[in-house]
Amino acid sequence: MALNLEEEAVSQYTTVFGSLNDYTPGGVMVIDDDPKNYVFSNVFAVADKSAPYERVAVAKNMEYIIEAVRTEGVSDWYATAHDEFALCMDGEVEIELVKLADPDSAVDPDSEGAHKLSGDPDGQKMGRIVIRRGHQALLPVGAAYRFKAEKASVMMIQTVLGPETVEKWAEICQTAA
Amino acid sequence: MAMSESAATADAIDNPRGLPITTGTEVFPPDNVEGYKAFKAGDFSFRRDAYFAHITWPGGRHEMPIDVFLRALMRDVAWGFFYGTVNFDHIFGTTNYYGEVEMFAGACNHAYTKAGRDFIQRFKSDELMDVFSQMVSDWTNADYDPFAAPMETGTPWGSKNGDNDAAVTRQRVTAKRMIGLPGDTPVRTDESGFTVNRHFTDVDQSQPDVYPEPGFEHEVSAYNLFGYLSRSDVTWNPSVCSVIKDSLFCPTTEEFTLPVEHGNDRCEWFIQLSDEIIWDVKDGKSGDPRATVTMRAGDVSCMPADIRHQGFSNKRSMLLVWENGSPKIPEMVRNGTAPVVAVEF
Repeated sequence: MALNLEEEAVSQYTTVFGSLNDYTPGGVMVIDDDPKNYVFSNVFAVADKSAPYERVAVAKNMEYIIEAVRTEGVSDWYATAHDEFALCMDGEVEIELVKLADPDSAVDPDSEGAHKLSGDPDGQKMGRIVIRRGHQALLPVGAAYRFKAEKASVMMIQTVLGPETVEKWAEICQTAA
Repeated sequence: MAMSESAATADAIDNPRGLPITTGTEVFPPDNVEGYKAFKAGDFSFRRDAYFAHITWPGGRHEMPIDVFLRALMRDVAWGFFYGTVNFDHIFGTTNYYGEVEMFAGACNHAYTKAGRDFIQRFKSDELMDVFSQMVSDWTNADYDPFAAPMETGTPWGSKNGDNDAAVTRQRVTAKRMIGLPGDTPVRTDESGFTVNRHFTDVDQSQPDVYPEPGFEHEVSAYNLFGYLSRSDVTWNPSVCSVIKDSLFCPTTEEFTLPVEHGNDRCEWFIQLSDEIIWDVKDGKSGDPRATVTMRAGDVSCMPADIRHQGFSNKRSMLLVWENGSPKIPEMVRNGTAPVVAVEF
């Protein structure tokens, strides 16, 4: 196949990822609109101002949510009545998984979102995962999980709106043109 | 941007214009000059020559550079007419009603509608898709890949010169639960033919450390999403990588321009994973400019349901498109209960 890459032969590209210590948000330049309509925020800026393991909603599509989480130290244990997915955006996070002996007693099977457990989960150890920037992990239904991070790191969690979700849109989103 | 299977099977089909179904498609033999087939769907006719796609309808005509037309046509075919409206440009496009589709000239252009010069016909989706699929196959030459960034492919110009069906019939990736799980979509590797893109040679390819206890290997799972994306061989073609009910993570890699102006019928979220995309946002119906959204790594933004948008990415970038593929949304769009703005605060 004839490509058009001759002029690129000596080019070097640097992929720009963000981090807690180095992020440069863009923004909404309004022509004829309200910037709030775009619900514009930045996960690193949100995590920068969050308490450890505060699960701040940065995207919401009806009942579905994406949470930005500052991971630092050891979290509480959580469980859900559905899968969730954790995507590491910066740093390194360890995930411990326990197969709940009685999932329905830990979390109402009809409920949505993450629920904080009152203590250590009752069940068999499933294993652990260490994710770094760009790694996505399954937080499976029927399991309890907790996070550990030696240094402040950032995750996004694909989930459903639940009791642990913190909504503070006016604090995190661009409101001025 | 990748549709779930359920999204295409709404119980009732919206028809806000009250248009009848148009039937009748035709494929004409290759012409004696450039060698391309011509096509007809209802009263729309399509032909291409060395440089242009020519679209005609009763009382009107429109010309598009063939590269622009093919890139847009490719997405409309690959996305199954997508959510809402796919504007090939400021004149021509399709609007999806999930089972039926409108093809239009000028319907999303203020000057055309004001002058009453817009023209719209409605088709069964599978009938129009059959014509579009044959068109993209015949009009794509051997050296050209309409899914690829312009720097990574040949040119579409000139007379008929073979085909590239391997490229134009690519199947989008749709993980059922998550990439890399047993029985689900596999991760990309050199061995499976997915090499790291020239713009992503610096992206870490290491996999997560996974330590399952015996018996839990099928659920203790993780993979390198950024590495997976760095090996994408297409642009502006999201694929489903993780699924919670109707919540679809549809990451994609973007270079050059989004080949269409996508007119949303529902809110659509973007999370910029790397680099930068600049979005031109226009009013969905009139095409009047509304905003310019610059997104850099870590930025999150939602496209309202009443706009159209087109992205520009100089360096290949990673974008997470987050969709709600619920089959209840077409009904909500129909009865006016679908939110136009995702979050009000």
